[in-house]
Amino acid sequence: MRRVSAVVCPVCGCCCDDLEVIVDDNAILDVMNACALGASKFLNYNKHRQRKPMVRRGGRLVEASLEEAVRRSAEILVEASYPILYGWSSTSCEAIEVGLELAEEVGGVIDNTSTICHGPSILAVQDVGISGCTLGQIRHRADLIIYWGCNPWSAHPRHMERYTALTEGRFQRSLWRRLILRLHADSMRKKMLRAAELSLIKRILERIKTRRVREAPYTLWEKERKVVVVDIRRTRTADLADHFIQVKPGKDYEVLQALRALIRDEELDVDEVGGVPVETLEELADLMIGCRLGIIFFGLGLTMSEGKLRNVDAAISLTRDLNRYTKFLIMPMRGHFNVTGANVVFTWQTGYPYAVDFSQGYPRYNPGETSVVDILLRGDSDAALVIASDPVATFPKAAVENLVKNPLIVITPDVTPTSLVADVVLPSTFVGIETSGTTYRMDHVPLPLKKVVEPPEGCVPDEELLRMILREVRAIKKEAAVSTVHVEA
Amino acid sequence: MGRLKVSLLTGRTVNQGKWKEFGKFSREYMESVAVCEMDPQDMKELGLKEGRNVRVTTRFGCIVVKAEKSKRGPHPGTVFIPYGPWANIVVNPETDGTGMPSLKGIEATVEPTEEPVMRLEEILTRHYGNERLRGERRDA
Repeated sequence: MRRVSAVVCPVCGCCCDDLEVIVDDNAILDVMNACALGASKFLNYNKHRQRKPMVRRGGRLVEASLEEAVRRSAEILVEASYPILYGWSSTSCEAIEVGLELAEEVGGVIDNTSTICHGPSILAVQDVGISGCTLGQIRHRADLIIYWGCNPWSAHPRHMERYTALTEGRFQRSLWRRLILRLHADSMRKKMLRAAELSLIKRILERIKTRRVREAPYTLWEKERKVVVVDIRRTRTADLADHFIQVKPGKDYEVLQALRALIRDEELDVDEVGGVPVETLEELADLMIGCRLGIIFFGLGLTMSEGKLRNVDAAISLTRDLNRYTKFLIMPMRGHFNVTGANVVFTWQTGYPYAVDFSQGYPRYNPGETSVVDILLRGDSDAALVIASDPVATFPKAAVENLVKNPLIVITPDVTPTSLVADVVLPSTFVGIETSGTTYRMDHVPLPLKKVVEPPEGCVPDEELLRMILREVRAIKKEAAVSTVHVEA
Repeated sequence: MGRLKVSLLTGRTVNQGKWKEFGKFSREYMESVAVCEMDPQDMKELGLKEGRNVRVTTRFGCIVVKAEKSKRGPHPGTVFIPYGPWANIVVNPETDGTGMPSLKGIEATVEPTEEPVMRLEEILTRHYGNERLRGERRDA
C-alpha cells in the first residue's frame, strides 16, 4: 500500500492540490481531503470503463483493433469538409496542443467547453478587460467576497474552504466561528418555531418568523471578512453568507448597473431594481466602497441568463469603477478542471481562446458563427471528433440531433451517452489519475496533474491517440496527393 | 389537473456532480438529475405530492421528471432541473449570436402526469432517433 500526496484534483476549476490518495495493487482504496465530487471521481472512475476501441459496422458498434479505429477516425476527418473537434476541458494542455495541430491539418473548427460555460465572459473580457488576481491573494487579503450568480457549495465545494471565507489567511481570519454560531442560532430558531407551532402561541410564532428578515447589519462584523451572495434563489452558498440578495431572474444587468450608479453617488428615483430594494443596494455599495480588498466571483448565473456577455461586461465595469475608491477584483468560477488551460493553450497557439475555425487555412474566430452550438444548430458540420467531453448529455436537444446525424469519433475513458452513439470510439486514460499532464486552475495558475495508478491495458492517453490520428491523417493526405500526381501524369 | 406557468432554471447540484463522476447510466445519476425542484406553494397549487411525476413543457420540447420539494425556497414561479440529458430536452438552444445557449430563465409550464420518467437509454433512442443504438448496452 502506498500513499500519494499532493495530488491535484481533476474535477473542477479549483484544482485542489492537497489530495492524498491511498493506492494498493494499482487500485485506489481511498482519497483524503477531496470534496464529494473529487472523491466520487477517484473512487468510481473505473466502474463504467471504455476498454476497447470500437467501430460501427452494419449499424452496430463492434470491437476493433486500435489501428483500425485510428485509421477510420483519420478517414472521417479527411473526408469531411467542415469537421468539428470539441471538448478539451478535461484533458491535459499537452493533449490540447496536439488537438490544435490536428484541427489545422483537417481544416476544421476546434472549440472547447467554455463555449457553453464562460464563453460570454471571455467575450466581455475582450470588450472591457479584467481586473484579475490569483486565489492566494484572495485567501490572504480579501475582506469582502461576493459570489454573484454562482453556487460554489454545489459546483466548487472546496472553494470557500481553500480560497475565500473559510480559510485562515495571513491578514484575514476565517469566518467559520461566526458561521457555527449562526448555524446554532438558526437551529435554535427552528426548534423554537416548532415549539411555538405546537403550543399555538401565535404572537411568539410571528416574532420568530419576522426575526429572519432583520439580519445582522454588516457593521457588527467589522473585524472579519464578509461574504455576500447575489443569486436568483437561495442556494446552499447563500446560507453561509452574511447577506443574501435575491435578484429577479434575468435582472442581474439592471442590478449591476444600479450599483454602478450608486457608487458614482447618483440617486436612483425608484424603490427597487430587479426585485432588490434600493436601500439594500445602497448598503451593498457602501460595503463595496468601504472594503480594503474585495472580489466578485461570478458564475453561469450571469453568462447563461438574458444579457449573457453584457451581464459580465456590467460586472467587470462595476469592478473597474470600484477601483477608484478601493482595490477590487473579479474572477469567473470556471467549471472543468482544465477549461482555463484549454483557453490558454488555444490562445497561445491560434490567438483565440475558443471557437477557432481553420476551414480557410488560417485561424478565424467569431463566436456565434464559429462556436460549436451555432454550427450544429445551422447543420453546417459534416463530422465531429469529441474528446474528454459528453455533448450528448450537455448540449440542447436541437444541437445533439445534428451532432449525431454525421460521423462521430469519440475519445473517452468511460462509457458516456456520446460514446454510445459514436461511429468510432477510442479508449483513453483519465488525465490526473492514470496520466500526468498540465492543468490551469481557474486563476490561470498552471499545476502538474499526477499519474497515480497505471491505466488498464488497451487504454491510451489522449495525447498519444491524437498523435496517432494526426499521423494517419497526414499519411492519407500524402497518399491522396501522390495518386493525384500519378493521375495528372 | 392544473397547469402552472413557471420560469425554468438549470444548474449544478452536488449530487449531479457526484453521480456524474460515478456513471451517467447509473440509477443514482438518473435520480439526481431527472428531478424538478419546486416551491412547496407551487406544488400545493398543483395538488402535487413529492415523488410524483411532472411534465415540464417549453416551446423547445417536453420531458417528464420527478417533482421534488425545494429546500431552497421560497421561490414561487421558479423551478429548477439539474444539468443533464433530461433538462437538455427543454432548454433554449438559441445562442443570440454568443455561442452560448440560454439554459436559465426559460418560460415553461409544469403539470402533474402519470407518465413514467424516461431512462437515459430511452432518451437517446427516442429523442435522437437512433437506429445507431439498437440493442446497444455495453456498460453493464
